[in-house]
Amino acid sequence: MGFFSKTPAPQIVRLATGGRVNRTKPLTFTFDGKTCQGFAGDTLASALLANNIHLVGRSFKYHRPRGIMAAGAEEPNALVRVGRGNLAEPNLRASQVELYDGLYAESQNRFPSLKADVGAVNSLMSRFFPAGFYYKTFMWPASMWMTYEHVIRRAAGLGRVADDHDDPDRYEKTNAHCDILIAGGGAAGLMAALAAARSGARVILADEQNEFGGWMLAEGDVTIEGGSPADWVAGIIAELAAMPDVTLLPRTTVFGYMDHNYLTLTERVTDHLAVRPSHLPRQRMWKVRARQVVLAQGAHERPLVFSGNDLPGVMLSGAVRTFINRYGVVPGNRCVVFTNNDDGYRTALSLQQGGAEAVIVDLRHEVRSALIKMAKEAGICIMTGHAVTIASGTQRIARVEISPVNEDATRVLDDPVHMDCDLLAMSGGLSPAVHLHSQARGKLAWDEELLCFKPKSVHEACFNAGACNGVFGLAKAMADGLKAGAAAVRACGLDAGDHLPPVVTAPPQNWRPMPAWKIPNGQPEGEGPKAFVDFQNDVTASDVKLAVREGYQSVEHVKRYTTLGMATDQGKTSNINGLAILADALGDEIPNVGTTTFRMPYTPANFGAIAGRDIGNLFDPTRLTRMDDWHRAHGATFEHVGQWMRAWYYPQTGESMQEAVNREVLAARTTAGLLDASTLGKIDIQGPDAAEFLNRIYTNGWLKLGIGKCRYGLMLKDDGMVMDDGVTTRLGENHFHMTTTTGGAAGVLDWLEEWQQTEWPDLKVYLTSVTEEWSVATLSGPNASKILKAAGIDISLDPADFPFMSMQDAHIAGLPVRIFRISFTGELSFEINIRARHGLALWQLLMNAGRDHGITPYGTEAMHVLRAEKGFIIVGQETDGSVTPHDLGMDWIVSKTKPDFIGKRALARASMSDDNRKQLVGLVTRDRKRVIPEGAHAVLEPNQPMPMEMLGQVTSSYYSPNVGGSIAMAMLKGGRSLKGGTVYLPMLDGDMIEADVVDPIFFDPNGDRING
Amino acid sequence: MLLINCPHCGPREESEFSCGGEAHIARPLAENTLTDAAFADYLFLRDNPKGLFLERWRHAAGCRRWFNMARDTVTHEIIEIYPMGSLPKTKAGKVAHAASWRRETAAEAAAKPAKAKAPRAKKENG
Ligand SMILES: [Zn+2]
Repeated sequence: MGFFSKTPAPQIVRLATGGRVNRTKPLTFTFDGKTCQGFAGDTLASALLANNIHLVGRSFKYHRPRGIMAAGAEEPNALVRVGRGNLAEPNLRASQVELYDGLYAESQNRFPSLKADVGAVNSLMSRFFPAGFYYKTFMWPASMWMTYEHVIRRAAGLGRVADDHDDPDRYEKTNAHCDILIAGGGAAGLMAALAAARSGARVILADEQNEFGGWMLAEGDVTIEGGSPADWVAGIIAELAAMPDVTLLPRTTVFGYMDHNYLTLTERVTDHLAVRPSHLPRQRMWKVRARQVVLAQGAHERPLVFSGNDLPGVMLSGAVRTFINRYGVVPGNRCVVFTNNDDGYRTALSLQQGGAEAVIVDLRHEVRSALIKMAKEAGICIMTGHAVTIASGTQRIARVEISPVNEDATRVLDDPVHMDCDLLAMSGGLSPAVHLHSQARGKLAWDEELLCFKPKSVHEACFNAGACNGVFGLAKAMADGLKAGAAAVRACGLDAGDHLPPVVTAPPQNWRPMPAWKIPNGQPEGEGPKAFVDFQNDVTASDVKLAVREGYQSVEHVKRYTTLGMATDQGKTSNINGLAILADALGDEIPNVGTTTFRMPYTPANFGAIAGRDIGNLFDPTRLTRMDDWHRAHGATFEHVGQWMRAWYYPQTGESMQEAVNREVLAARTTAGLLDASTLGKIDIQGPDAAEFLNRIYTNGWLKLGIGKCRYGLMLKDDGMVMDDGVTTRLGENHFHMTTTTGGAAGVLDWLEEWQQTEWPDLKVYLTSVTEEWSVATLSGPNASKILKAAGIDISLDPADFPFMSMQDAHIAGLPVRIFRISFTGELSFEINIRARHGLALWQLLMNAGRDHGITPYGTEAMHVLRAEKGFIIVGQETDGSVTPHDLGMDWIVSKTKPDFIGKRALARASMSDDNRKQLVGLVTRDRKRVIPEGAHAVLEPNQPMPMEMLGQVTSSYYSPNVGGSIAMAMLKGGRSLKGGTVYLPMLDGDMIEADVVDPIFFDPNGDRING
Repeated sequence: MLLINCPHCGPREESEFSCGGEAHIARPLAENTLTDAAFADYLFLRDNPKGLFLERWRHAAGCRRWFNMARDTVTHEIIEIYPMGSLPKTKAGKVAHAASWRRETAAEAAAKPAKAKAPRAKKENG
């Protein structure tokens, strides 16, 4: 056909003048190994197009060749991996990657190469990849999911993350407050910012692009105040930048809008630089609390849904105009502009001005716009009442079929004409970018005139302005921005003043698109080349219709079933087309079908920026005791206990862990052991009601505890379950020193404060955490007294003077210490507390003094064995939040006489006295050398069929050198009634361990050793 | 993320606070004769209303003080913040308090001292 000239002119890809690129600053970059040239001011997308590269990726499911479709955040196809090695970042939209010298980019989702992709066979098999394919195929057996998922993720995944997961880049987070945050620095956003800033408000203006101006920078046919939009923008930005209370954030995406006007922004600080200064973070996440928000995010153009609409070289109409006018790149030579509204005419005119040839195919039969006249006068061929029914080509669009269609574009009226082309610009109308508005739970209304959802009402303190408010056209958007800015100013209680929008000239454009959602291709439904709705997820119009035929009606269900509108672009280009096709299939109206909820992030946010500096030790601090250096110097191995690093055991040369622990455990009972117990939780409790408070917190009585005396206490939750334990000492009439488990310290303080403040505010009690004020060395064993004397203690340690369960203040070598004669080993034992900073000195003193008395440092493993030999529980090991004192055989600690304590009433519940509850017992294996794995389950009858009836689990299990065999504690159903009997512990390998049920105490059952 | 006006520290980010769940659950006094089922209302049952909810919050990473909050669970609007041990003052808060099923429970009745003027602390001494 003769729409175009017979011999095409040689393609001028990059115009000699015009646009925002700096032609004196050429940049070199690499795409899929090919070295290319671009200019400063380019995006990767514009630079690729300038090199006439359209094929930039393969699609998600069918591995179809895909090109650059958009010029901004809505780009669904051109996802690239930028950077190398551990700096690589996948899934970046080429249209949003600023070009810098040396940029290294790769296409994604292709193997072995972009042009010869093996996965494209999926495309040939597409009959077998319908909507819901993964759900249907990989439902059963569930055990195979892991295998399937692995294959699916590799075959159908998006980009590949960095090769080395240790991200070397630095990120920051910052908090900010402002009166008015403006999201989007286009026509409306700039006017809102101007109104806000001139009122004296504290303003933050954020825009995702490298420069402010939005679509204004992409139009060659408008003037503002008689000059170019870029000049006007420069003037406004200069005014704003000069104001001290205005923060301008270019390259910053407002990606989340949460409750109470809390918004999250990602600022790309150095991503666009070839050399990134080390003093700057790569990205910075802003957390902004704004009094008022103006949303001015603009709109996204919709594709048209026709067969072959995903070929490289098929682009959005506005994007084509942006590449020409902003970047000076004409992305085609023979261009078909396919439109259902006026926008295509402006693009055709821009193409022609850029030296390309353009044909307009307009779905509308009657076009009243003045733009048609301009196009005609420019000599552009216009085919109204026609549709591009099929586009074809291999790796770029090569030809189209154009047919006349009926009035509502649902039927093809005649055979097509064929036309060769290398670019198709499509325009399906605009969709306001209501993403942030929706995130903030604003409501939407369907606009019958503009055929789009636009904001109806807001939930947060915010205003919509410009295209995202459904106000299209430069002059109207500016006026709307000014209005929204002034309204936000007034909402802040400031004077909005009286500002006029600038004088604007722009082509007369009718913004109403014709409703034509699925373009017919002259073949039966589902036949012919695919017509894509969601390009990023490879969802076709047929997929949506199939979902409806299979019974899906809710838009939310169809979304999940077909994956329409999911993945990184969140349906920016696909949402309305998908809805309209769904509504049509359901025989309903679009507003009745409703829309899915937009969720954050607006565009993908980098995890690095979200984490900021909260990584490694700054995320979860490691707490070290004052004796830590000594432990390290003496070869200790460590274990994590909560945030603490505790010495686990101290292996000597050639010793295995078991040998080291055995040696430590024996020493503590034959000579002396020294344990770093600094990590124990310590809470200082003072006040006239302190004793009464403890009396309600603990299960036993505390009112009569003498000054200087210690008592073991058990804390329950109000449901009667054991929560924590520890020894608390009365230091004075109104002064107590409580100890808690290492892991429970913070939780216990919370607990005490909660009850004091919320239930018993009348009690005068003051609670202070003193865990880190004290270092604690626990000296245990028959030689403990001798060592303390050798160290220079200044008090009598005779049990008559210093009895078990009491406390004394003393000095060791002149250092003031507080000594508690309590024991977690069953041996004569002193817990020596000293001001934290003297912890290491105390430790060294004791080690020196004990050298001739067999002093042996022991770690947490030996501590566990020693306490298990005595049958002492560890909360969190024997207990799990479902264990009562009775279950533990600790009725002795539960007061029968106190009228109340936390958990008392719950313990009286009928189910608490069920004989079949799990109860604490001891287990000794028949094979005395065999140590049962902790967590093993016990059964009564070893030969029963599976699933076996399980009695309960082993909670603690060790080899005890003092006992000379294996010992274990277990929580077994009706455990105490099993004593004297035998249980069996089936192992994973089919083996069965036989054990006798005994009292949970294995050593010195009468406590004879407590006084040394 | 909510902006919570701590009565002691002023407006702070939600991340500084922890939520303690339903407010105004009176703890039955020790000498209660509640059935297990009635006691379970106190111990286990918690409201999860759509709309205004009276909650306990605590400025955990700040002054560590507890307070009450009337918050709409749909709009996340904070209607009122008021001290522990007191009742809401706003009309909506009062309505939410009065309308709770908990007001009718035996557990709540058992939380009231037999003699209205007797201070709780005395009764629980042991
Ligand atoms: Zn506070």
